[in-house]
Amino acid sequence: MNPRQELNYLNCEHTLRSWFLTTDHKRVAILFAATITMFFFIGGGAATLIRLELATPQGDLVSSDVYNRLFSMHGIVMVWFFLIPSIPTTLGNFMVPLMIGARDLAFPRLNLTSWYLFLLGGAVTLYALFIGGVDTGWTFYTPFSTMYSNGHVILAAVGVFIAGFSSILTGLNFIVTIHRLRAPGLTWYRLPIFIWSLYATSIILVLATPVLAMTLLLISLERFFGIGIFDPNLGGDPLLFQHLFWFYSHPAVYIMILPGMGMVSELVTCFSRKNLFGYKFVAWCSIAIAGIGFLVWGHHMFVTGQSVFAALVFSFMSFIVAVPSAIKVFNWTATLHKGWVSYDAPMLYALGFIGLFTIGGLTGLFLAALAFDVFVTDTYFVVAHFHYIMVGGMVTAYFGGLHYWWPKITGRMYPDYWARAAAILIFFGFNMTFFPQFVLGILGMPRRYHTYDPALQVWNVLSSAGASVLAVAYLLPLLYLGWSLFCGRRAGPNPWNATGLEWQTSSPPPKHNFPQTPRVQRGPYVYTPEAVAVAQNA
Amino acid sequence: MWREWIPFWRPGVSSYAGDIDLLFAGLLAISSLVVLLLLVLLVTFAVRYRRGSNADRDHRIKKTWYWEISWTTVTLIGFLCLFVWGAVLYLEVYGPASNALPIYIVAKQWMWKAQHPGGQREINELHAPVHRAVRLIMASQDVIHSFFVPAFRVKHDVVPGRYQTLWFKAEKTGVFALLCAEFCGTDHSRMTGRIVVMEPAQYESWLSREDVGGTLASEGAKLFRELGCSGCHMGQSTVRAPPLEGLYGKPVPLQDGSTVIADEGYIRDSILLPKSQIAAGYEPVMPSFAGRVGEDELIRLVAYIKSLADEGRPQR
Amino acid sequence: MHEAHPAFQYATLPQQHDAAQLGMWTFLATEVLFFGGLIVGYFVYRFGYPADFAAAGRHTKIAIGAINTGFLLTSSFLVAWAVTAAKLDLGRVAAWLLVLATLLGAIFLVLKGYEYLQEFHERLVPGRNFQFDAAHARGALLFFMFYFAVTGLHALHVAIGLIVLLAIAARARQGAYSLQYHAPITVAGLYWHFVDVVWVFLFALIYLPGRSGE
Repeated sequence: MNPRQELNYLNCEHTLRSWFLTTDHKRVAILFAATITMFFFIGGGAATLIRLELATPQGDLVSSDVYNRLFSMHGIVMVWFFLIPSIPTTLGNFMVPLMIGARDLAFPRLNLTSWYLFLLGGAVTLYALFIGGVDTGWTFYTPFSTMYSNGHVILAAVGVFIAGFSSILTGLNFIVTIHRLRAPGLTWYRLPIFIWSLYATSIILVLATPVLAMTLLLISLERFFGIGIFDPNLGGDPLLFQHLFWFYSHPAVYIMILPGMGMVSELVTCFSRKNLFGYKFVAWCSIAIAGIGFLVWGHHMFVTGQSVFAALVFSFMSFIVAVPSAIKVFNWTATLHKGWVSYDAPMLYALGFIGLFTIGGLTGLFLAALAFDVFVTDTYFVVAHFHYIMVGGMVTAYFGGLHYWWPKITGRMYPDYWARAAAILIFFGFNMTFFPQFVLGILGMPRRYHTYDPALQVWNVLSSAGASVLAVAYLLPLLYLGWSLFCGRRAGPNPWNATGLEWQTSSPPPKHNFPQTPRVQRGPYVYTPEAVAVAQNA
Repeated sequence: MWREWIPFWRPGVSSYAGDIDLLFAGLLAISSLVVLLLLVLLVTFAVRYRRGSNADRDHRIKKTWYWEISWTTVTLIGFLCLFVWGAVLYLEVYGPASNALPIYIVAKQWMWKAQHPGGQREINELHAPVHRAVRLIMASQDVIHSFFVPAFRVKHDVVPGRYQTLWFKAEKTGVFALLCAEFCGTDHSRMTGRIVVMEPAQYESWLSREDVGGTLASEGAKLFRELGCSGCHMGQSTVRAPPLEGLYGKPVPLQDGSTVIADEGYIRDSILLPKSQIAAGYEPVMPSFAGRVGEDELIRLVAYIKSLADEGRPQR
Repeated sequence: MHEAHPAFQYATLPQQHDAAQLGMWTFLATEVLFFGGLIVGYFVYRFGYPADFAAAGRHTKIAIGAINTGFLLTSSFLVAWAVTAAKLDLGRVAAWLLVLATLLGAIFLVLKGYEYLQEFHERLVPGRNFQFDAAHARGALLFFMFYFAVTGLHALHVAIGLIVLLAIAARARQGAYSLQYHAPITVAGLYWHFVDVVWVFLFALIYLPGRSGE
């Protein structure tokens, strides 16, 4: 068959209208992918300036006010406009119907609405950032944000509020789709772990985001009308804001990481040609993380003066929530045992994830330990911890998934050598950037510092040097993946010889995904000896 | 000390710093072991079982349950031990300090003001005696700040609208960095200071060298009269108000049946929000002084009322 | 009366119907968290300033609140009736019931607006002209902040609901709904009942403090 003549979702219609008014989940995924890539580079640009400034102890590149706006922009853009949407709206939107044998999501028009809301929220926030920005940090703590900041707090808050509705609609769509649109024979325990993890993510999206919306509404009202919800002079409580904010923002970090974990389960099974060790455990661990993740928010507030009882409960629950993540790591490792491991780029990313996420997660234990948290909270130790999880974990998993499903999405293969080189360069650049930050935290460098003690310069320079390597490494995929769109080798339906319904249709898939609705009779990762032999000789 | 072998590690100098550093060492040891184990397993599996190798792949593990239960249990027990370790130490660090020297801290954008009970004032510096517990009573005039002394391994946020306390006992003399650890605006990174720990004799001579108007308590007594507090709370008055002699540190029964301990926070709240906790048996007639007293005045009033703790004799 | 077909991603109409219902329930869950967050904030301050909240609560207009509650409850009843009528192919009856329900909802909004106007004249609007007995001013300010925020949001939801009900009424009159295909009207009804239930909670939190024999 000649892919050039075969009709697929990409070449069936070419008009602008067919793209901007599409209800095809695959095209919506592409629209989201383009948007979040743009945000990734905006947030990354801010990070570049930050690391450039921090190479010297004095504040000599930008003024303090500008620096404060830079790190706030970095946080807001990266958290709400890159990390939270990334895997769910791109790989999730594209793959969920394909992986469950459906023709589209449950509510395709809602999906498109979700993208337009995301655009609108992004436009408002970017406007706020470019006419002067906010200097409150992405956490908007009161009373600074409501009473003292002279940044564009309300505009930025409104932008994030709108984008929040985009998240809610995506989560709602996934929940209903996974419940109601599975192909015949596809029981819950035959679902790929990617679907389980997106389901868990969607539960958090749907339940946590409204609380953020409400909290942002309250600070906007307070700032606009000067009423004292969080203002101590008028009887309000600044810590109430923190409780409300973190009640959403802690589950938010699980929104960010759970899809990445699901991705790793797909990669580790495919590139070990083996069933996932402990499938049911891994599936239920996703749900456990989502549930318990709602009960740990106070660990961001151990030094604020909350009651000792509260601190003990939150510390305890924070240790408990780490257990399912640990179980997953052990299960992924065990999957490799007696498998057929290959070192394709997606697998390199998956292995990188396991290592970096483990380091990030273990340092989370340092922070969950109350007495140690008193020492290192609000320092670079925390910054390093969450970057290990978010960048070392989430972004790595996203890149792994992008490479894994690139042939399915685009019908082209990327150049293998460049992909592996980029993966390795990302791994080294990342560690060089963020490992020194653990040291900085222990040496007492607080977060959000424009200037610092000159004795700490060595570690800051190391970190900035690493950041420059990382910047180059992140640009590489942009280049070779872009190149592959025009000159890459055409891919067949299943270039990895993987199991999974998405590989039973052409690359790229036709508009309605499957010529006939598939029937499922087996679990998700059944790699039979015959399939393995075929792969061996491929 | 063995800790000096860790290349970048500067040992902490407070009484609990050693324990915190030990906790860190424990966490680091366990984490390193886990990471090492994982690395070894991943590399071994990835190499031995790579596609194309002829390693034995028969007899794959079928009963995954045994493994799942085992590593879950080990993980859970390990985590619970770490939790207990961290919690016990936390109860000490954030617990009460016995026989501590009280010093009042006011944080504002972007400086730290310290006030000793004898009236000595400092900006961005805090002189303290070695081997003596120091209890900081902290207030913020504007936004949330955080009092962070890395060498003491301790910090506490300073949230406006309430008092926060923090205690430390320095075991070495020297000068140690004080940093603000909660983002508070433009000059957040410049809101730094020095903690100067001295031998007791030098500390005393420093205290006497400082220019003082009066002790905090005596200035508080002046304010107490100027603001009219003595009109109701002392001597003959037609208004029945709770007596303040001996109040500090004692339990106070409230109108709604509960009891609170009269600490600095209670005194401050009574001045600013007198209707929030009404003493049992009294009418809610006390006016609020919110907006009429700033943090500096509040500290002096609190110091004065504390000094009435024993039979009305003002104490240092 | 025409045959309804499921959308292309659904195999059968019942599957589509189930999906629509699950979708609306999920959406309502998000709304519970949204209003719930505000209500948690309300309770935090209510426990902090019990006397102030009671004093402020006495200034709310319980008569209007009670009448409004009556209107909304009746409106919900009419919508439930309309859904049943639609399932029985009584499209025109359903349409009239929905229009009546919309009318009651509109009266709710008008009365709410009148109530706001009264509160403005009594200087109870935070940030604009708030003036209250000094003994209870602090907590009362917080009470009225929550009052306007939560009833304002609720009113917004009512207004959106009115538009939805009218749109559904128009489709019902054209005979679009039947026993086989009634997802849109069922789902709209769910939304309207939810808006009603939220109001019942708000009524208790806003109009009743300070009025129970203290």
